[in-house]
Amino acid sequence: MPEMRMREALRDAMAEEMRRDEAVLVMGEDVAVFQGAFKVTEGLIDEFGERRVRDTPISENTIVGAGVGAAMGGLRPVVELMTVNFSLLALDQIVNHAAAIPYMFNGQARVPMVIRMPGGGGHQLGPTHSHSFEALFLQVPGLLVACPSTPADGKALLKAAIRDDNPVIFIEHESLYGVKGEVPDEEDGDGVLRFGEAAVRREGGDVTIVGVLKMAQVAERAAAVLAEEHGVEAEVIDPRTLRPLDLDTILESVRKTNRAVIVEEGWPHGGVGANLATLITEQAFDDLDAPVQRVTGADVHMPYSKRLEQAAIPHEEHVVSAALATLEGTI
Amino acid sequence: MADLPDAAACYELLARMALIRRFEEEAGRQYQRAKAGGFLHLAIGEEATIVGTTSVMRDEDFLIGTYRTHGHAIARGTEPKRVMAELFGRVDGTSGGRGGSMHIFDAEKRFMGGYGIVGGNLPIAAGLALSSQYKGEDAVTVCMFGDGASNTGNFGETMNLAALWKLPVFFLVENNLYGMGTAVERHSAQTDLSKKAEGYGVPGARADGMDVIAVREAVAAGIEEAREESRPTLLEVVTYRYRGHSAADPEVYREREEVEQWREKDPIESFARRCVEAGVLGEREVQQARDAAEATVVEATEFAEASPEPALDTMYENLYALDDPGGWYAVDERSPEPHRGEREGTMPEAARELAEAGAAYAEQEETEPRRNPAVQGDAQEGGTDA
Repeated sequence: MPEMRMREALRDAMAEEMRRDEAVLVMGEDVAVFQGAFKVTEGLIDEFGERRVRDTPISENTIVGAGVGAAMGGLRPVVELMTVNFSLLALDQIVNHAAAIPYMFNGQARVPMVIRMPGGGGHQLGPTHSHSFEALFLQVPGLLVACPSTPADGKALLKAAIRDDNPVIFIEHESLYGVKGEVPDEEDGDGVLRFGEAAVRREGGDVTIVGVLKMAQVAERAAAVLAEEHGVEAEVIDPRTLRPLDLDTILESVRKTNRAVIVEEGWPHGGVGANLATLITEQAFDDLDAPVQRVTGADVHMPYSKRLEQAAIPHEEHVVSAALATLEGTI
Repeated sequence: MADLPDAAACYELLARMALIRRFEEEAGRQYQRAKAGGFLHLAIGEEATIVGTTSVMRDEDFLIGTYRTHGHAIARGTEPKRVMAELFGRVDGTSGGRGGSMHIFDAEKRFMGGYGIVGGNLPIAAGLALSSQYKGEDAVTVCMFGDGASNTGNFGETMNLAALWKLPVFFLVENNLYGMGTAVERHSAQTDLSKKAEGYGVPGARADGMDVIAVREAVAAGIEEAREESRPTLLEVVTYRYRGHSAADPEVYREREEVEQWREKDPIESFARRCVEAGVLGEREVQQARDAAEATVVEATEFAEASPEPALDTMYENLYALDDPGGWYAVDERSPEPHRGEREGTMPEAARELAEAGAAYAEQEETEPRRNPAVQGDAQEGGTDA
């Protein structure tokens, strides 16, 4: 299997789907001539031309809305919002339109579009350019939410998202774009990963750690530390998509380990972890030997200072500490 | 004054306008009977704007509108009984009772929706036009919106995009002089709305919205421009709604005399008179159009009354396109036994009982007629505090 970076894997996903289906087009701010703010769409305009790779004005709500209309008209637009932060300017089209239209028109219209957006902290971009909105979009019925942590998943999930008939919020992490990983060739099957299937990154019987987006990788590193330094075998689960959610795999793991830690970069109140902790508690309460722990980003706007920023983002140490807390008294 | 078309076309214009008028009157009545719920925005007075526009559209053209679009759907050919059933929230409604008055939709007639968010339909119109252009089809998207929407960010964004991408879209501002209760001169610095898009590269024109023939001609020119030249234009049509913004509007912002003055320019009366005076239609045909409207609306109301309420286990239908569902799409937490919403058909018994218990609250509201909705506790949009 060839090794490639996340950004290349995502680009290949779009390119392959564009070759496969004429209805697929890419649009967004600086996706064409500039080759993408994070170079994810690099080279697409050269292969597919301006008709299918379209630079847009800085008009987020209208970019998404035009995607909604194009999708209703039979196309499969992949809309790039330059960052997650700017999706706030498009929330009306995302929530009131893309997500609501299939339901409020009773299935007479579908909105098969993908809205890609990178986010997350770690680059000293400060309060308005470091958001993690997995929980915000997870809350909205009608949307699907993907948050890949590896290049292989990025490619396979994006291909699946483009083929899906539902509007998909595809959240990427700016720090993962340069991360390398093995990605299956096009020849190996159709390379599509079904939504709603979590990946068990590491097996273990002592504690279940669920890591979302970049935090799946942090959770894996934490699991290594737990094994080496504490003799604790953690099971690491990357849900890969939050809607649909592979709750069954998570519950199965918790029933085995009797402990759960959820790690996300976003804010704590109403977060992915808050949600998942409740679902676990409701459905596996009798299997739990300790309260579910969650590790989240600090409950502040992302500070610019490098020290403050790094202190605001979850790292391995936070996850190790949370996992050990669930095991208190047993080791 | 523009020439009248032939007798058959004139009859059709008159009959459609009369049907919309009668439908809207009945919808208002059914709202007062509490058969229709939520907000109800009636287009009485705006019939020429609607019918003049749709009369020059082709079947393959898209129409997209606002929350005041019962008439637009009917003008496009949607059966009035299905619109009425939607107002009643019944299964035979255009959206099976999921959308209501503000969200009428008919894919078959290419009526691409009523939208409850002011200006929300503008970018979608650009996208629909993009889909036609991309596929090499010559359909035009007609996008109708109110004077209030011309102040939204979507207006500027969409005008720019449409002009930049040379999209086959035609914009029509239904200027009824009020954005809810705020008069146009109090909500827009530029009161000649036809000029508002020019800076974005979308030229504008104005037409008399009370004259169906004038609307028809102006719209035909704009649609041709979009179809033949792929050049978006904007038409401001000056019209007037006789009723309040919604059925819950006490109309404290305008004088009764103003409404009466506009009524004298009534689009249906004036067109009927003109057709009779020109000898194109006889009094008998004018009456025939009215009688046909009456019969259709009576039938529509009976149909809506008889249509069943949506079954509770259809709650999650069409929330998602479910091909091969893996994982939980929707989580139903209305009972102590959370379950997958997309499997509502097989929900636990306790959940079914609680859903029934919730639905039973609907019965309580149904019994109270709304004599004066503006001062009732619900549906307060535009109303004073009770």
